[in-house]
Amino acid sequence: MHGSPACINIAGMRRLLFSLIALLGLVLDGPELRADPSQLVIGISQFPSTFNPLIDSMAAREYILDMARRPFTTYDKDWALVCMLCTSLPTLGNGQAVAEPGPDGRRGVAVTYSIQPQARWGDGVPVTTKDVLFTWEVGRHPQSGVADGELFRRIVAIDVKDAKTFTMHFDRLTYDYNAINDFALLPEHLERAAFANPAEYRNKSLYEADTTNPGLYFGPYRITEVARGQYVVLERNPSWYGRPPAFARIVVKAIEATPALEANLLSGGIDMVAGEVGMPVDAALAFERRGRPEWVVLYKPGLVYEHMTVNLDNPMLADRRVRQALLYGLDRESMVRQLFRGKQAVANSLVNPLDWCADPTVRTYPFDPAKAAQLLDDAGWRLGSDGHRRNAQGQALWVELMSTAGNRTREIMELVAQQAWKRLGLTVTLHNQPARTFFGDSVLKHAFPSLALFAWMSAPENVPRAELHSTMVPSKANNFAGENVGGYRNPRMDALLDAIEVELDRDKRRLLWAELQALYAEDLPDLPLTFRADPFILPVWLKGVEPTGHQYPTTLWIEDWHVAK
Amino acid sequence: MTRHLAGRFLQALLVMLVMSFLVYGLIGLMPGDPVELMAAGSPKMTPDDVARLKALYGVDRPLLERYWHWLSSAASGDLGYSRLTSQTVTAALAHPLSNTVALMATSLAVALLAAFPVGVIAALRQGRPLDHGLNLVAFAAISLPVFWLGLVLIILFAVGLAWLPASGVATVGGGGLVDRLRHLILPVAALAVASFGHYMRYMRAAMIGALRQDWIRTARAKGLSWAQVVLRHALRNALIPVVTILALDVGTLFSGVLVTETVFAYPGMGKLIYDAVMGNDYNLALAGLMLATGLTLAGSLLADLLYGLLDPRIRFR
Repeated sequence: MHGSPACINIAGMRRLLFSLIALLGLVLDGPELRADPSQLVIGISQFPSTFNPLIDSMAAREYILDMARRPFTTYDKDWALVCMLCTSLPTLGNGQAVAEPGPDGRRGVAVTYSIQPQARWGDGVPVTTKDVLFTWEVGRHPQSGVADGELFRRIVAIDVKDAKTFTMHFDRLTYDYNAINDFALLPEHLERAAFANPAEYRNKSLYEADTTNPGLYFGPYRITEVARGQYVVLERNPSWYGRPPAFARIVVKAIEATPALEANLLSGGIDMVAGEVGMPVDAALAFERRGRPEWVVLYKPGLVYEHMTVNLDNPMLADRRVRQALLYGLDRESMVRQLFRGKQAVANSLVNPLDWCADPTVRTYPFDPAKAAQLLDDAGWRLGSDGHRRNAQGQALWVELMSTAGNRTREIMELVAQQAWKRLGLTVTLHNQPARTFFGDSVLKHAFPSLALFAWMSAPENVPRAELHSTMVPSKANNFAGENVGGYRNPRMDALLDAIEVELDRDKRRLLWAELQALYAEDLPDLPLTFRADPFILPVWLKGVEPTGHQYPTTLWIEDWHVAK
Repeated sequence: MTRHLAGRFLQALLVMLVMSFLVYGLIGLMPGDPVELMAAGSPKMTPDDVARLKALYGVDRPLLERYWHWLSSAASGDLGYSRLTSQTVTAALAHPLSNTVALMATSLAVALLAAFPVGVIAALRQGRPLDHGLNLVAFAAISLPVFWLGLVLIILFAVGLAWLPASGVATVGGGGLVDRLRHLILPVAALAVASFGHYMRYMRAAMIGALRQDWIRTARAKGLSWAQVVLRHALRNALIPVVTILALDVGTLFSGVLVTETVFAYPGMGKLIYDAVMGNDYNLALAGLMLATGLTLAGSLLADLLYGLLDPRIRFR
């Protein structure tokens, strides 16, 4: 036989194979499940695009930075406003806030804050009013790149009393006059140089150029290592003035794909999954069903409001009776029960029932197909022999439901709605788009014909001015600012929104809120669906994590987290 | 030869220029500019905020003007800043580029080392049970979705056996070479399996074609051994079409490892380019896509040079 393949040295190949296996044996020594009890590894689904606390806003950044810094004020787990960096919450009652004339004749307010006396940046430099003045300068500068400058523009002046005390003068006296949650302090002694050219600040800031500089942080931890797109390491901050945190080291790993997040949890790559920027509810439910005893899943209903915004310029949907019929015709209780196994509740209004201003008596729309049919009949949409509803002109009742393609939960909700409304005699088409196209084009530019299914995120007692005020309809004229994408215009709603903002008496405000919710439930500019729950997957040995349900994350109280005894 | 190379280089420059314009224009045609996307997620942004930020990011200017500004800056070596990573584009590309090169080169090497001999063996045993068996393996490898295979590998080797890490590039804190290799094994395996199937089939087909040529019979008649005929004559000729495909695949592999990178949370160029395009980060998206284009062109040029080495009859004038 000539040199055929049979002549290939089989013994040699075997030797090679065994060598490879031996080499792999050296490499494959397996990960340790919990090697270091002083370290906590958290999995999140995004990596922050910036570490500067003022530029842009992103949940992942807040989640990480809130371990390394503290806001002056924030909402706690009971959704009450509390002091963090300030020593006591200023109020009109305790005299630390005083009403005064505003610059345009309206009532303004002067609010005095004192900074925690022991607060120091990680390099030992005290946190002082110099930092407050610098932050204000950056926040209101038109070229600094700060996305939401409203808070900084509302501050008319800042009077410095001493290194630790200052008074902010606001242009208007609003119900949340003492909440400066988003006044994220910057270290003047380090950032001043980067701000020399304000237009370049967003790129030159030390938060980007030297993220591990200890002087940028004054919280319980400071960032000591960053691998962009992969992980952030935080270690105890020696200059922290409060109770020392239990874990010496926190590692936050960014793992975008949900299956990979779960695999990392199971293989010991991460200890827990953050609820704020972690798994969707359906994935957490599937994980929970597997019955792993090493973890506990907490579901915290929150302020993410899933709803269908109605295009009110659509003549078919401009009739309020049609909108009400759509809601009566949709069995939201069953849908939510099936999809979320009772972990999320049906929304009856845009105000979360956990919020103090929620009105428990607000009008509800229980599943009632007969009532839905009656409302459609009354609106002139009669059921024909072909099973379709038509008006006197023979026009068929048609709605197009749009949402983000690839969001499985929303796609299932759409299918449920489509089936339910078809039974009422409507023609329902589904048209989903990638998130970028859906939000950037269809929603923002009012280019959805009938209904757009998406969510809002808000704060406790958030006045929905951007979503419901007639001046907040996005258009070319206002650079597509505002979130009133359905085009809702009701003078009474405008008046209520204006009134709530400046009403200081909580009881009177409660009445205004009740009227707002009643009007919203009657007009139905949106069809409420559910308030999303954040699933926290925590190891059973981790205690002290108390989900908040709002946009201020659990990591603001990281010093309460500890290993169970 | 030098003239040929100079001509190809000029052609490549022209292609890059056209590509940059097309990519810039296509990103510009996508709905919503970066500031509009920002506004959609920040209800408190006022019209003034939007106008101010549009001016700051330069998106209020006409597309052509912005493109010209980018082109003149890029020509002077300034690729600008990445809006999504808040770094210079060069810094933003550095780590993902090295990660992807490591992933791509290793997976390609593994796939080729397996595919070439298996393809040759299948061709030599054409129509016999061994050929059928190897074809079955190749088709199975091609048919397996990479994301599914990736998840199976993670479940088996990271979750079940706990031999290998489930994701990432290295253990937190850096890790040494062995640590990086351990992190590379699963993504390389997932990528290499699909590539193996393709290249094995190409190699088999090219080898069958070469073995049917008259000069193979002539070589045998001259008294050359079967191994000499296969390895020196048939294999060398069969490599020419495979090298062409390989060269064209370089750019695709470079930017097309998105699924593998996502499943294994492996920060590389595929994910970076995708995020940059979706996030309207012009500077980063352009640099990433230009790099992929450049690699494809370089691969094509390298293939031309390899033709000459593989077949002495091929000469460039």
